This record gives sequence, structure tokens and C-alpha cells, in this order.
Amino acid sequence: MKFRTLLAAAAALTVMTPAIAAAKTQIQWWHAMGGALGQKLESIVANYNKSQDKYEVVPTYKGSYPETMTAAIAAFRAHQQPDIVQVYEVGTGTMMAAKGAVYPVYQLMKDTGEPFNPKDYLAAVVGYYTDTHGNMLSLPFNSSTPILYYNKDVFKKAGLDPNTPPKTWEDVESFSKKIMDSHAAKCGFTTGWISWVQLENFSAWHNLPIGTEENGFGGLDARLSFNGPIQARHWNNLKKWQDNGIFQYGGPVGGNDAGPKFYSQECAIYMNSSASRADILANAKGFQVGVGMLPYYSDVKGAPQNSIIGGATLWVLQGKDKDHYKGVADFFHYLSSAEVQADWHQFSGYLPITQAAYELGQKQGYYAKNPGADVAIKQMTLNPPTANSKGLRFGNYVQVRQIIDEEFQSLLAGKKTGQEALDAVVKRGNELIAEFQKANE
Amino acid sequence: MQTKRTLFRSKTLPYLLILPQMAVTIIFFLWPAAQAVRQSFLREDAFGFKTTFVWFDNYTQLFSDPTYENSLRVTVVFAIGVAVLSLVSALVLALAVDRTIRSSQVYTTLLVWPYAVAPAVAGILWWFMFNPTIGILPYLLSFVGYHWDHSLSGFDAMILVIIASSWKQISYNFLFFVAGLQAIPKSLVEAAAIDGAGPYKRFFTIIFPLLSPTTFFLLVINTVYAMFDTFAVIHATTQGGPAQATNTLVYKVFQDGFIGLNIGSSATQSVVLMIIVIALTFIQFRWIERNVQY
Repeated sequence: MKFRTLLAAAAALTVMTPAIAAAKTQIQWWHAMGGALGQKLESIVANYNKSQDKYEVVPTYKGSYPETMTAAIAAFRAHQQPDIVQVYEVGTGTMMAAKGAVYPVYQLMKDTGEPFNPKDYLAAVVGYYTDTHGNMLSLPFNSSTPILYYNKDVFKKAGLDPNTPPKTWEDVESFSKKIMDSHAAKCGFTTGWISWVQLENFSAWHNLPIGTEENGFGGLDARLSFNGPIQARHWNNLKKWQDNGIFQYGGPVGGNDAGPKFYSQECAIYMNSSASRADILANAKGFQVGVGMLPYYSDVKGAPQNSIIGGATLWVLQGKDKDHYKGVADFFHYLSSAEVQADWHQFSGYLPITQAAYELGQKQGYYAKNPGADVAIKQMTLNPPTANSKGLRFGNYVQVRQIIDEEFQSLLAGKKTGQEALDAVVKRGNELIAEFQKANE
Repeated sequence: MQTKRTLFRSKTLPYLLILPQMAVTIIFFLWPAAQAVRQSFLREDAFGFKTTFVWFDNYTQLFSDPTYENSLRVTVVFAIGVAVLSLVSALVLALAVDRTIRSSQVYTTLLVWPYAVAPAVAGILWWFMFNPTIGILPYLLSFVGYHWDHSLSGFDAMILVIIASSWKQISYNFLFFVAGLQAIPKSLVEAAAIDGAGPYKRFFTIIFPLLSPTTFFLLVINTVYAMFDTFAVIHATTQGGPAQATNTLVYKVFQDGFIGLNIGSSATQSVVLMIIVIALTFIQFRWIERNVQY
């Protein structure tokens, strides 16, 4: 009997909830931020919802980046799409090509009359999400760039200066040897994201092209071209370093095993996203962590150039009512405010998206108190971006990333040389990109 | 064979009775299957704005794709591996239980437990045990001089997914084998024993042939299981890697369709899979059910 009343009450509640909420316009936001980042995101949204009474933003965690993106696309096909979806940078090509599905942010801001100045945002970040006419298509939310972390205690034990991170790959090699010879650690370095860090960013950092047509920014007919001699040399080196123990592979995609190797002090140097900072500091028990910029080969002309970003932006989807879009614009305005951005950046290690947020952090003395927290932004803006270092934009790139991992594994397994592996990436990747071009032209 | 016939007085009643089943079949099987066939002739962008009819382009592309060929090979190796490992271990366990008179009930219950574990959970458990960085098995293997790393070695990865997928299926096979063993007349085995046949002789000349209907049935079931039902295990352990070494046909459908958003190719692969399932079912019904009877 009691159970029945409960059931009835529950049923009544489910029927009534939409009626209660109907007074406010609900804005659905699908995101891919789990764990601590997800909680932070929810608290940002909760603060926004408290700050006004017209709109209610409802954040929904949809799993990993690829899962979130595919869920949104499937929902769009079924006319059940959310208002806002968070899409990672490699999905940008797909989203940009879907002209009828996305509501470009610059258009949205113009239509709703929300104050908006694209110049407020960091050029290096916004450039990635801007069309050829200079229009901003999505709202940057969480962008990061790979940097180098190192174990200061191990450096000290090995007789190295704990305040000097390796600058070049030659340094990485000689430091690692010293560390291993002195038994300060078992391995020199490990890395997350082979594709993003050791190929895409590696190319940009050395001012080498990732693809034709300005790395794909110029049009759908762009093709990959990162199988140059310097990239091949680097991959051959990684293989050589793996064989003599200097480098340990952390697995495909994000490299889930790389972090633990650094936390357990097995590897002394670790390259990964600047947004890993919070995680690293939480997990680095019993040793001091230093940060530095990515290493480069000193004999390569034009290196170091600047690194490129990863992370995600917020895309607005078509097919909703006008009042929804008013709410979205209002929310975006809130999200881009210096206070929210500075808070999010300092908590997560993602880049401050706006100049104002960066300046606010300086005023608060955040970078003085947290040395190294601004390495990422300095590295990103080291030089004005060239055609090779603006970023990259290719269709079907999610699968291309996977091919990069597969061919890298073939390299490490000794089945292919660096050149052969990269040639295979380019050949297989270009087939997918050609397929995308055919489907979207 | 005996046929049973029930006569209904009303003509509509039988149709009404099969209606729910038909509805389920149409909504959850025929309709999606038809969609897949339709999609396999189309090329479409992810959002479905631009659709072109491309005839058999997707098929020719698929069959000239070396990664698909690789996936086919991987699936065959994987299916044979899972079928052999799970059948042999289940049979050994069933024989052992069949010999024990007391406590065989307890063993049976315990051995069935793994079947209740969700495949994703099982996958994670194996992933933990075999993890090259934190797992216990690579640590133990390093003592015998084997460097286990399924994130780089395709061979290790294949072993891992075969073990992880078989583990669960052993319980299922075990139950059928126990039932099959109990159905073998004890008098035959005893007569052979009196004639001086040893345990091995008895097994290979009497028990195994009499078990063959069960074995054939399980072989088909296990092959189907390995080919179509092991998605969760692969997703939780290797995700098709390294370098596509464990990318089975089913997993490739998921990767190309859901991760890569290449719906045309994914649908084409589903159609190919559908044909394989139909063929396997056909074999099971036509060939095995008729011919292997004692």
C-alpha cells in the first residue's frame, strides 16, 4: 500500500515537473566534463541560474568527447537536439561543414543583440574556430595546449638543476640518460596524446605543415602532409628511445597509462595537456612538479614557433525557438565574463579564453603564487601563428587520430620505420578526408 | 517426427496471438535491418543533410579496404580461439563435476556464477589484471621472462580478449555439457569399463561421440557469441587495438558508424554481418539439427 502511494507520488511528480519549470525557458547543454571538471562546470551553471530568473540552463554529462558529439548528432537527426553541445577540437571540421545544423555564434550574438566582441578572445584560441571570413562559429570554453611536466626531486637526485626544464629534445635525451644512469628514475619521459602532442603540436612547434591549404583551414580539398623528414626523424627517435628505455609508451588516444608512470616516479618527464595540471598536482605525492615548454630540435629552423590548442568549444544547434537562443546568448555572455573564465582557468589549467580573464589573474597575483601556471599561455603566444601553426581542420579527423595511434603502435612494435608509419597515416588519413569531402560537397 | 496441431475455432485468434511477437520482430529487427540495407546504398554526411545514392560504392570500397580484410581475419582467429578455449575448458570442468558424486551441486552453482557478470564488468576486471602498468599478471609474467604489453603487442591483445570473452561463456557451455553427460546412459560406460577400456578410451569412443549433438550446438552458439556478442568485452579492454589487432567485424561497425560517423560504410558492414548471421542460422537449422542425431 505504501509502495503504491509512493509510486503514485512519483508519477505525479514526473507529470508536474515540466509544468513547474515551464515558467523558465530551459536550455539544454550537453557536455563531456566528468569528475572534478564536471562538478566545477555544474557549479558555474548553478551560479548562472541563480543570477537571473528567465532561463534555466540544464547541463547533462554525455560521456567522453566522441560520445557527446555522436549523441548530439544522433539527437539532431531525430529532432531532439540540445541547445548547446560541447565538441572537441577534432570534431570542428565536421561541425563547420554542417551548415544547416549549427547556429554560428557570431550570428547568434548579432541576432539577439547581445554585446559581443570577438577581439576580447585570445587570437590563438579563436583562430581555430573562425571561418575564412573571420567569423567566430563556436564559443571557446575549454582550450588547452600540451606542456612539459617534470619531477624536480628526481632531477635533483640525478644531479640536474631542478629549476631548469629540458629545452630541446637533445636536452630530453641527455637529461634522461643522466637520470637513468644515476638510478634516480627508471625511465626518462612519457607522454599523453601521441597524435596531438608528438605529431600535430610537434609540427606546429617546429613550424612544419600538418596539411595542405593552411592545415585544412583553406577548404575541404586540403590533404595531410605531416610525413616530412623532421617528423619522421622524431618518430624514429621515439622508437629508439623506447628501445633503450628513455621513453615509455602510455597507450593510445589520451595515453591513460602515461600519467601513472609519472605519478609513481617511474618516468621523470611527462608531456601532456596544460589541463592535466590539477590532476598532476593532486597525484604527485611526495615530490615537487616543475613545468616547462615543449622541447624542440635545436637544428630545426623556425623552432620553437607556437603550440596549438586542444580542448573543446560550445556549438549552438539550429531548430529551437527564439527565446531559447536569447537565453543561450545571455548564458554565453555570462560564461565569457572575466570572473567566470579566470575561475575556470585557475581551477582546471585550461587556458584563459579572454584577454580580460588573463589580466584578472595577473591582478589577483595568481601567476606569481603559482609559478608555471602561465607556461601554457606563453607557449601558445610565443610567436604570431603562421599558416603551419594556426591549428588544423580536417573532416573525419576523429578517425585520422585513431590511424595515427595505430601506425605509431606499428612503429613501436618494430613493424615500420618512422617514415613508413607516417606515410601510412597520410595515405589512410587522406582517403578518409577525401571521403568526407565527397559527402559534404 | 511427431507433429502437434492445435485447432483454433476462430480464424483471427491465432493471428492475434502472434501479433505481439510479430510487432517486436518488425520494430526491433525488420525495420532497422531494412534501414541498414537502405543506408548501405547511400553516402551521407553526419547530420543527414546531403544524401547521395551511390549504388554499390560502399560495398566495393569496403571489400577493397585492407582494414576490413584484416578485421575479417581477426574475427576468424578470435571466434575460433573463443570457441575452442571455452568449449574445451567447459568440457573438462563438466567431466570433473560429473565424476564427483557429492558436492557436484555446489561446483555447478559456483561455475555458473561468471555467466551472471555483465560483460563490461568482466572486461574491466580482465583489463585490470592484465594492465601492463598496474596489472598483477604482467608482473607475474615478468618473472618467467615474458614482457606482457597488450597495448603494443597484437598477439597479447588477442590472447587477452579471447580469455576475457571465453571466461563468461565457459559457464554457459558447462551447463549444457553437464546436462549432456547426465543423459549418457551409465550402462554403456560401465559395460566398456568391464570390457577393460580405460578412462581415456571410454571418453573418446563413448562419451565424446554421444556428446556430439551438444558439442555441435555449442560450437554454433559460441561462434555466434564470439562474433556478435563480445562488443562490451573488447570495448572495455582493447578497443580494437593495438593497430586494429582486435578490431572484430562488430567492433568495426561501431567504430566506423558511431565514432567515425561514416554511416554508409557502417551500414554496409552491418548488412554483411546480417548475411553471415543468416548463413550461420541456416547451417544450424538445416545441417546440424537434422544430421547430428543419435
